[in-house]
This record gives sequence, structure tokens and C-alpha cells, in this order.
Amino acid sequence: MEHAAAAQHAVESGSRLQDLAWAILVLPLVMAFSTAVLTPRNRMLSAALNTSGVVVSFLLSFTLFCVFGGQAVDATPFHWLPVAGLDANIGLHLDALSTLMLLVVTGVASLVMIYSTGYMHDDRSYSRFFSTLSLFVFSMLGIVLADNLLMLFVFWELVGVSSYLLIGFWYEKPSAGDASKKAFLTNRIGDFGFMLGILVVWSLAGTLDIAALKDKLVANPALLGPWAGLAGLLIFMGAMGKSAQFPLHVWLPDAMEGPTPVSALIHAATMVAAGVYMLCRVFFLYTAAPGWPAALGFLDGVSAASIITCIGGFTALFAAVVAVQQDDIKRILAYSTLSQLGLMVMAVGLGARTGDPSASMYHLVTHAGFKAMLFLGAGSVIHACHHEQDIWKMGGLRTKMPRTFWTFLIGTAALAGLPPLSGFYSKDEILAVALEANPIFFGVGVLVTVLTTFYMSRLVLVAFFGRARGEGAGHAHESPASMTVPLLVLAVPSVAIAWLPIGGFLSHHFQPGHAAHGGDILFGPFNHNPIAAFFGLGAAIFGFSLAYSLYGKAPASDPLSPRLGLLSQAMRNRFYIDEIYDGIVVPLHNLLSQVADAIDRWLIAGLAVRGLAGAVEIAGRALRLVQTGSIQTYAFLLTAGVLLIVLLALK
Amino acid sequence: MIPGLHHYLIVSALLFSLGLLGVVARRNLFVVYMGLELMLNAANLALVAFSRFHNNLNGQVMVFFIITVAAAEVAVGLALLVALYRKRQTAHVEDLTTLKL
Repeated sequence: MEHAAAAQHAVESGSRLQDLAWAILVLPLVMAFSTAVLTPRNRMLSAALNTSGVVVSFLLSFTLFCVFGGQAVDATPFHWLPVAGLDANIGLHLDALSTLMLLVVTGVASLVMIYSTGYMHDDRSYSRFFSTLSLFVFSMLGIVLADNLLMLFVFWELVGVSSYLLIGFWYEKPSAGDASKKAFLTNRIGDFGFMLGILVVWSLAGTLDIAALKDKLVANPALLGPWAGLAGLLIFMGAMGKSAQFPLHVWLPDAMEGPTPVSALIHAATMVAAGVYMLCRVFFLYTAAPGWPAALGFLDGVSAASIITCIGGFTALFAAVVAVQQDDIKRILAYSTLSQLGLMVMAVGLGARTGDPSASMYHLVTHAGFKAMLFLGAGSVIHACHHEQDIWKMGGLRTKMPRTFWTFLIGTAALAGLPPLSGFYSKDEILAVALEANPIFFGVGVLVTVLTTFYMSRLVLVAFFGRARGEGAGHAHESPASMTVPLLVLAVPSVAIAWLPIGGFLSHHFQPGHAAHGGDILFGPFNHNPIAAFFGLGAAIFGFSLAYSLYGKAPASDPLSPRLGLLSQAMRNRFYIDEIYDGIVVPLHNLLSQVADAIDRWLIAGLAVRGLAGAVEIAGRALRLVQTGSIQTYAFLLTAGVLLIVLLALK
Repeated sequence: MIPGLHHYLIVSALLFSLGLLGVVARRNLFVVYMGLELMLNAANLALVAFSRFHNNLNGQVMVFFIITVAAAEVAVGLALLVALYRKRQTAHVEDLTTLKL
């Protein structure tokens, strides 16, 4: 009773405070606009404006997090489209999930902005970079804060557009232009499914508001009836696009054509995390009883969540295998991101069994930190090596770039899952969930951990140890402070973020009544689920020793490639997925568009449009002959007309 | 043979048709005008015949009105024709097609 009263009091006293969320959302947009309009020529001012905008957003997010914690509050919404049957609001929702995600997005974005002031220093389009980055942050915050599916979708598309602009930032490079188009189009495929899913949910539930939808589904679990599974899968398609799940994963590795800070922000911490975040927001859709329409009867008994689990698990394993034979430092990280995203998606699917996807969100948070750091570290390396990205032309950077090396090492250890770094705890949660649910996915998780440690150790051993193999690496030197300071700052959460009780915080959000397994956080995994913890740790150690035995002596070229033979070729070529798409999807698409073109040209434009116009024109020409200007003709026609009417009347 | 109503009406219809033919087919405006008068008088004949055979004087009253209005019309119409001839130097209908754009 006392507790409830206190909570009520907190809500009332904070009734204006939650409207700060609007400021968090709009500030980056204002900065983006003012940069684009007012200061496109002033480099210093552009950087300062946008960076400070995002940093202030971060500080505000932090304030809100401290004030509200895990409480669910809504900022004052405004009505956008009050149409009958559809009340589309623009409203912001704060709860444990969104406040945490706010911190992640604005935090990483702030550091990336600061880093970019150094990394992009010599770029001609300095101001454009910052304003597009701000635009992206705005779109991403919109996804995080949206309280209804329509607004979520609008910002979802905005993220697509701004990522298109950022991937194609160096648009004069054809490869960058192609990559941005590929990313946008691939995302559009997923978004189309997402939109259909939203429509299905709306037509059956009659509301787009996420909280209202949840209440309706709790009150009536059979609300979506036979469409539950399909709605879930369609909405998951959106996540497949943004979070780059197989088979829509192809855009992410190519997106590495964008500047490295962009890769760190978009392709490690935020945009790709949006899919997982969105799945967690609408998680209640996946815990409902699965049902399928008659046409999809063969899926009876399979839940949407289990399909999600399979896709996630497959993506995790597939991407990890491909990463083993990549040579481009950013591509290794890109495939690693794919693989970790696969794990998160798998964890969402597995979480549906217990109604708690917190393991996936937890991993998202920790991963955002250390993967952004790894990308920024890779950017620092690339910057130092005069835009050399091939790890086999690097080497010996350990002594030349000590700060980059140490932070990169910490990131690698966190990604590999070594305790007490953050990655260990979140990955352990996923492994524990998988072990309880299905040993196959536990096996997938362990295998992915082995591979992850292997390729990351390979990357570190080849690039940072031994002797320089290339010209650029020979003359490398440590990057400026604007680049190394964000690395050092990011190293802190990479090490220590898991020491905070994030897992319990999230679990509480999804299952308020459920007591989180508390106790000692540092050694918690070993007490709570020792099998998962020891397997995770063992996998990491095994992966490292395997990598050390192969790459420890600083070989000049990859000793694994000849041993794997054809398999290595396939891995280098990403199992020819792009070629398969080129061979199947592209001709099919061309055929379809040719058919559509023929229909348009002959049926619609030819028959319907030109035919109608032609008929009207001919009729007009014929009728024009009647107008002679001679009164006598008119008199004759008039008489004839009268006679006709009289004749008809007499009949 | 005593002429009946239908005889008068047939004559009236013939006169009307001749008048119409004149209006539609003749090229000189004055002749067209005469055709118009013929049509009016055909109508007068029919009205008078109806009046006579139905023992109702309303038809004859109507005829007086028509004759009066026709006289006025002829005065205005001929004045117009003269004015037109002075301006255009022609009284042929095929030269007067300014209604056509």
C-alpha cells in the first residue's frame, strides 16, 4: 500500500519530467536540420552542434533513467491522424526496455560522434556526415521511444533512409553506392513483411498502441486466432531485414563500405539491434498460442517463435563460419555482428517458452558496447594504416598503437566471452536459456562461441602481433586523442557493464512477479547454471588455443586456407549466397519486371489509357462536323430532332 | 364535297413543310424569311380551322396575336437584314457562318 502510494507520488511529481523524452528525440533532428541549413560550410561548428546535441540527449536519457528506472510512463502524446477506427498517435513510451535502449543508443552515438571528429577530419563532406549521423540518431530514438506500431514503422523506415545515406556516404565510389542501394532494398523486403504484419495485427485487434495491444492479448489470448503465427512471422520479417538475419543478411557485410564510425554506430550498436529490440517490444505476440491460416496448415504445431529460433541459430552459425576465412578487418567484424545478432534472435525465440527474452536484450546491451569499440578500434587501425583493411598486410601494431591494441584486446575478450568481461555474462544467459529449452541450440551457441573466439583471436594475432607485412602498417602510429578517448571510454562498459544487475532489471520488466536469480553477479553464472558457464568458458579457451596454434607464430599467409581447400574458397565467397541471389533472384526479378512492363505498356497505357483517349478523340472529331456555323443546318437538325421525338412519342 | 377539318390540316401541314423547306434549303436570306412567314401562316390556318370546327373563338384570338407579332417581327427582321447587308454586302446564308469557331 505504502509502496503503491510512493509510486503514484513519483508519477505525479514526474508528470512533466517524462516530457523530457520529447527533447531527447527531437534534439538530434534539430541539430541535423540546423547543420544542413545554417552551417554546411563551417566544419567546426557542424561537429560541435551535432556532437553536443547527441551528448545532451544522452545526459537527458541518463536523467530519465535515474528518475524513472523501470517504471512505465508515457510522455504526453499528440494526435496525428484521428481517423475513424484508427487513432494514430505520436506518443512516447518509457519503460525498463526503452530507457535502457535510450542509454545504449545515445551513449554509443555520443562516443561515435566524438570519434568522428577525428576520423573524418580530412573528409570534404564533414558537415554532411554529422548532420546525417544526427538524422540517424533521431530515427533510431524514434524506434526506441515509439508507443505504437505505426510510429515505430515510420521511424523504422527513417532508419532505413538514413542508413542508406550513411552507407553511401562516399557516393563517388561505385561500390559504396551499390552497397547503400543493396542495404536499402534488402531492408525494404523485410519492411514489407513488417507492414503486412502490422496490418494483420491492426485489423484483428483494432489498435496499434503497443500497451493496449498487450492488454487485449492478455485479456484474450486467442484474439489473433489462426493469424497469430503469421502476424508474428510477418513482423519478424522486419527484424530479419534490420537485424540482418538469413536470408536477408546480405546487406550487412557490404554496408562496410560506409565510413567506419558509421559501421560502429549503425552496424554494431543501433540499427541492427533495432530488430531485436522491436521483437522484445512486441514479445507478447510470440507467447500467444500459435495458429495458422488454412493455407499454411503445414505449419500447425510449429510456433512462430521456434521458426525465429531456427533462423537466429542458423544465422549465428553461418556467419561465424564465414567470418573464419575473411581477410578484411571490417568484414570479419561484420560477420561477427551477424553471428551475435543471430544469437540474440535465437534467444528471443527461445525466450518465448518462458515468456522472458531478457537474455537477448542483455546481450544486445553488452554487445553494443564492445562491438562499437571493436569497430572504432578497427577504424583507428585503418586510419593509421592509410586505409588498408586487409589484415594480412598489417602486423606488429601492438607496439605502435598501444591504446588501440589494448582496447581492441578487451573488446575481443568480451566478445569471446571471458569472465569477468561483459560478454561472458550475457552470452552465458543465452547459453543457459538454450540449455533449458533445447540442447541443439545450446550446441549451436557453444559452437558459435568457439568460432567467435577463433576468428577474433586470428584477427588480433595477425593484425597486432608479429611484424608489419605491408607498407601502411610499417608506418602506422597511434591515432589522435579524439579517436582513442572514445575507445577508452567504451572499454569501461565492455568490461564492467555486466557487473550491474541488467539481466535482473530486464527480467523484472518481462516477468514482474518473477524473482531474478540474485546473489553474487560476478560468480552468478557458475552458481546458477554451471554447465552453461563452464561450456561457454571452455569454448572460448578452446577457440583461442586453436587460433594460437595456427596464427601464434605470425605466418605470412593464412595456414588454414590450404588445409580447408574448397571449403575455404566457399567461406571466402560467403558460400556464394550473393551469386545465388544474382543467379536466381535477379533473373526472376527481371522477368517479373518485364511482364509488369508489358502489361503496363500494352494493357494499361495502350488499351486503357490511350484507347479511351483515342475513342474520345474520334467521337469529338465526328461531332465537330455537326458544327457548321450555318443556321440552316441547326434548323434542320432541330426539326429532325423534333420529328424523331414526335415519332417516338406516337409509337 | 364539304371540306372537313382534316382537309384544312393537310393544307396547313403542306404549307408548313414548304415553309420549312424554304428555311432549311434556300440560300437567300429573304427567301428564308418568306419561308418563315409561310410556316407562321400554316400555323394560323390550322388554328383557324380548329376554331371553326370546334366552335371555340380562342383559336381566332390567337391568330390575331400571331399576325400582329409577325408584322412586328417582319419590321425588325427586315431592318436587321438591311443592316446586315450593308455591313457584309451579302444576303447569302453560306457567307454568314460566324457561329462556327
